[in-house]
Amino acid sequence: MSAPNNSKPTALSSVHERLGASFTDFGGWWMPLRYGSDVAEHLAVRQAAGIFDLSHMGEVLVTGPEAAAFLDYALVGRLSAVEVGRAKYSLLCNEQGGVIDDLIIYRLGQDEFLVVPNAANTPAALAALEGRTGTPDGHTFDVTISDRTEATALIAVQGPASEAILLEVVTADSVEAVKALRYYAIVDVVVETGDGELPVKLARTGYTGEDGFEIYVDAEADPEAPQRLWTLLESAGQSYGLVPCGLASRDSLRLEAGMPLHGHELSESIDPFSAGLGPVVALKSKVSFVGRDALAAIKESGPQRKLVGLANDTKRAARPGYAVLHDGDTVGEVTSGAPSPTLGHAIALAFVRPDLAEVGTELQVDLRGKPTPFTVVALPFYKRER
Amino acid sequence: MSAIDKVNKDYRYSAEHEWVDSASPAKIGLSQIAVDALGDVVYVDLPEAGATVTAGEVCGEVESTKSVSEIYSPVTGTVAEVNDAVIDDPALLNSDPYGAAWLFSVEVDSEGDLLSPEEYAAAQDQE
Repeated sequence: MSAPNNSKPTALSSVHERLGASFTDFGGWWMPLRYGSDVAEHLAVRQAAGIFDLSHMGEVLVTGPEAAAFLDYALVGRLSAVEVGRAKYSLLCNEQGGVIDDLIIYRLGQDEFLVVPNAANTPAALAALEGRTGTPDGHTFDVTISDRTEATALIAVQGPASEAILLEVVTADSVEAVKALRYYAIVDVVVETGDGELPVKLARTGYTGEDGFEIYVDAEADPEAPQRLWTLLESAGQSYGLVPCGLASRDSLRLEAGMPLHGHELSESIDPFSAGLGPVVALKSKVSFVGRDALAAIKESGPQRKLVGLANDTKRAARPGYAVLHDGDTVGEVTSGAPSPTLGHAIALAFVRPDLAEVGTELQVDLRGKPTPFTVVALPFYKRER
Repeated sequence: MSAIDKVNKDYRYSAEHEWVDSASPAKIGLSQIAVDALGDVVYVDLPEAGATVTAGEVCGEVESTKSVSEIYSPVTGTVAEVNDAVIDDPALLNSDPYGAAWLFSVEVDSEGDLLSPEEYAAAQDQE
């Protein structure tokens, strides 16, 4: 099976083919969905480690003397407060308070930020950022925005064995940097590929609910570098139980960890307060940013719906779009759902009427005509032991 | 891998990916192509023994981690036997779709539109 003409391959596509992956188009990219069993891939990340190609994710560099002030205006968070070498989760909202995209922003330097949008949203996020370099009162931010998506490969290693695996591949000089790297932080390290040294950006971030790393590789400087790094990590990880993981397990892992996926729990017509992301919106500490007025009004009146976790003790999953019922009335809609590989029962995220969002509330989901009991449970569904 | 490599040559197929063997009663199952598209199967819902099934109509469900799809009966008749092993261990569908993971057997009154292995595979390659 070859990539359809309109799907972009990543720098690692030939590796996935060698590994026998099933592919899918995701956000315009030709991505591995699974290599064998997605449940086995999921459990490997919970128990040992998994390696993911995330090169479909966007990479946008924002640089210049006003980079921090610009991001404070363009995003809902206070990026100027982020220390160099640290990361922050934030949202790009429209004027109505809807979420154009959710992003991770790394502060690489005083005047340099790496913004990582979702694959499918990268064009929209870029356009929104570029459209916000000037304010309505006539100020133009002194920033440069450059799209590095095509030039960057992103490999994630996630799971409890991740640090041990990373330590196997970095040079002696980088060992301490890996060990000292905190959650939501990023550092330059050097990988010893056996074929020379490879500088990479190593972040302790992820989308799985486990400890893990995301490794940004400059594929423009060296087009072979992503493949060399993947192969190195795969062989270094073998004795730790590392397996290649596709997007199917990435989705079930993030769902167990209660993390939103844009297009499901977030969209241009969903505000952060409904999605349980109110604390991400810096209404108190920032005077002016795009969407502020609308977001302040939503916070004041309270959201019309709330995102909740649902679970029952069967394996019959509630799927996106299924109606949530209470006393025979439709009171909400499922946004994501799956049989949880770790927990062994069905879990789902759903928007429901705010008065039905309390943990313990008994609801039903219409499973293709069969109203099936589900209970509102606390999020996340799964939390790792620390 | 082209579709023909995932097709068992001893069976005939419905366009909805069910296979039928030539025994009587006839065993019904899901093709490897369908199972591969589903991913890890976690739940199978089948008609009960004695139930009447109609060619082209929904008679059950198969659910995986990522999706759910309906099972269409490829034949009309009465269900003779249901494979309890696949209900107890739905992962059998992933490991042995043409063998241990047969779904149910039917005393066939009439067949729906069934495709030869080659016709079924060719239809998949076109997609």
